[in-house]
Amino acid sequence: MGRRVLLIEDEPNIIEAISYLLSRDGWTVHTHSDGETAMDKVRQGVPELIILDVMLPGRSGYDILRDLRADPDTAEVPVMMLTARGQARDREMATSLGATRFMTKPFSNAEVLESVRALATSPS
Amino acid sequence: MSGQGTTGARLRSRRMDLGLRQADVARAAGISASYLNLIEHNRRRIGSHLTAVLAQVLQVDEAALDEDGNETVLAPLRAAAAAFPQAGADGAMADALVARFPGWAKVVASQAERIAQLEARTQALSDRLAHDSQIAGSLHEVISTATAIRSTASILAETPDLDADWQARFHANIDTDSARLAESSQALLGFLDMEVEAGGDALPTPVEAADAVMAGWGHYVAEAEAQDLPDMAGLDGPVRGILTGWVEQAGADAALLPLGPFMQAARALACDPARLAARFGVPLEVVLRRLAHLPPQTGNDSLPPMGLAVCDAAGVVTFQKPILDFRLPRAGAGCPLWPLYQALTQPGRAIARTVRMPGAARTAFECFAIAGPVGPVSFGGEPRVAATMLVRPAKGNGGAGTVGPGCRLCPVVSCDSRRHPSLLAQGEGRL
Repeated sequence: MGRRVLLIEDEPNIIEAISYLLSRDGWTVHTHSDGETAMDKVRQGVPELIILDVMLPGRSGYDILRDLRADPDTAEVPVMMLTARGQARDREMATSLGATRFMTKPFSNAEVLESVRALATSPS
Repeated sequence: MSGQGTTGARLRSRRMDLGLRQADVARAAGISASYLNLIEHNRRRIGSHLTAVLAQVLQVDEAALDEDGNETVLAPLRAAAAAFPQAGADGAMADALVARFPGWAKVVASQAERIAQLEARTQALSDRLAHDSQIAGSLHEVISTATAIRSTASILAETPDLDADWQARFHANIDTDSARLAESSQALLGFLDMEVEAGGDALPTPVEAADAVMAGWGHYVAEAEAQDLPDMAGLDGPVRGILTGWVEQAGADAALLPLGPFMQAARALACDPARLAARFGVPLEVVLRRLAHLPPQTGNDSLPPMGLAVCDAAGVVTFQKPILDFRLPRAGAGCPLWPLYQALTQPGRAIARTVRMPGAARTAFECFAIAGPVGPVSFGGEPRVAATMLVRPAKGNGGAGTVGPGCRLCPVVSCDSRRHPSLLAQGEGRL
């Protein structure tokens, strides 16, 4: 089994594309689409890396990130935030809450792969 | 005040512009030349009657000679000079401009005020583009769909050994996403069209301005807990009036439902409006409003985000606190399926429904609504009726009824409540 990444995103076709991409790169990809229950999913098995969308049904990615950083079990897990917004304040918000990286949609597959590989090799 | 700003200086300046001697003007005004000389040099005060007479003699607007009246022109002139320092206009000379060319001074002052109003309007529209949940939702849909298409297309283009099953799936995904992109981009255009129609070059209405202030306060006014008003210095009278009404209502609700006990009960009863109303012995609408006007929540025991809408009997939204994708159009063009409007048809009946908007907005909302008379009721008099609706994110989408953002932008074709065709419908009636 490859290294585990959890993709929390509600767009099914983005999930499918990123899952395919990362699977080919050797990752075991777990996915989740609901903001409200995202933390439950994380606690079922803490992944090596989390890719987290900002706008999710039920609960925002920022709220989930806040919970991740408050939980000792997940505080150090690298989190890459995905958002359709790219304004400075969104970036600042993500950074202040403890995001490891911030990627603005629409992104290229190469950017995703490069970021995931960088996060996987960087010390947490 | 500089000498140029006095009535005397203005009189003198105007007289000289006309090439008249003191003696001629004094005679025409029925005063002595020496007295006019004293006035022009600010050594005698001038009454309103004589000001009017001299204004007539000098063929100038009386207000142009009046020191206080000119402040309404001077202030924007000085502001204009300060705003364009590169122009080299001396703000201190503004009163000379008013004295010598009162008409032109008014033109410049009016333009300065107009520029300030337009800047405020531009800022309001900019804020709205950044914060309007419908536009934000639509933009999110467009960008997310574009992301999916880009990512999927790249895989198809860059993976020559992609097996047939994956190829078929990705082609199907691109097909559905391209249709969604067409739909969501049309919806976005629709929103922007509405902005143009509704906005034009009009200034924000007092209600819109009050909305913006209330949003800036985070829809919570701590002073209301003690039935006080917040500092509203600098706000226009009508805006202050609207805000005062809202804050006084929040204060009255806070008096019935004190913060500490109410928060404790809200947590214990899972924010159930009916049980809270029974617990405190207050009308349901008081609880609905109070739940939407609580301090910002943090921590594990925080309450869910709660929005609110209040409308009058004509369906015009008189107050709202938007949350997530929830926001109703102000002018009564909303979807009649929202429980808020349904409550209006059955005053006194409490309605609880879970609803979900189609397309861009995917969050399901629990809605609690009730309508009833507001204010004093008299025999023979028409009661003033209002409906109140509390909105909060639902736990799931199960059993959620569909409501739209309004017919123009609603993709639900087969709806018995549709008033007119959707902007999203085209060709043979397909979306």
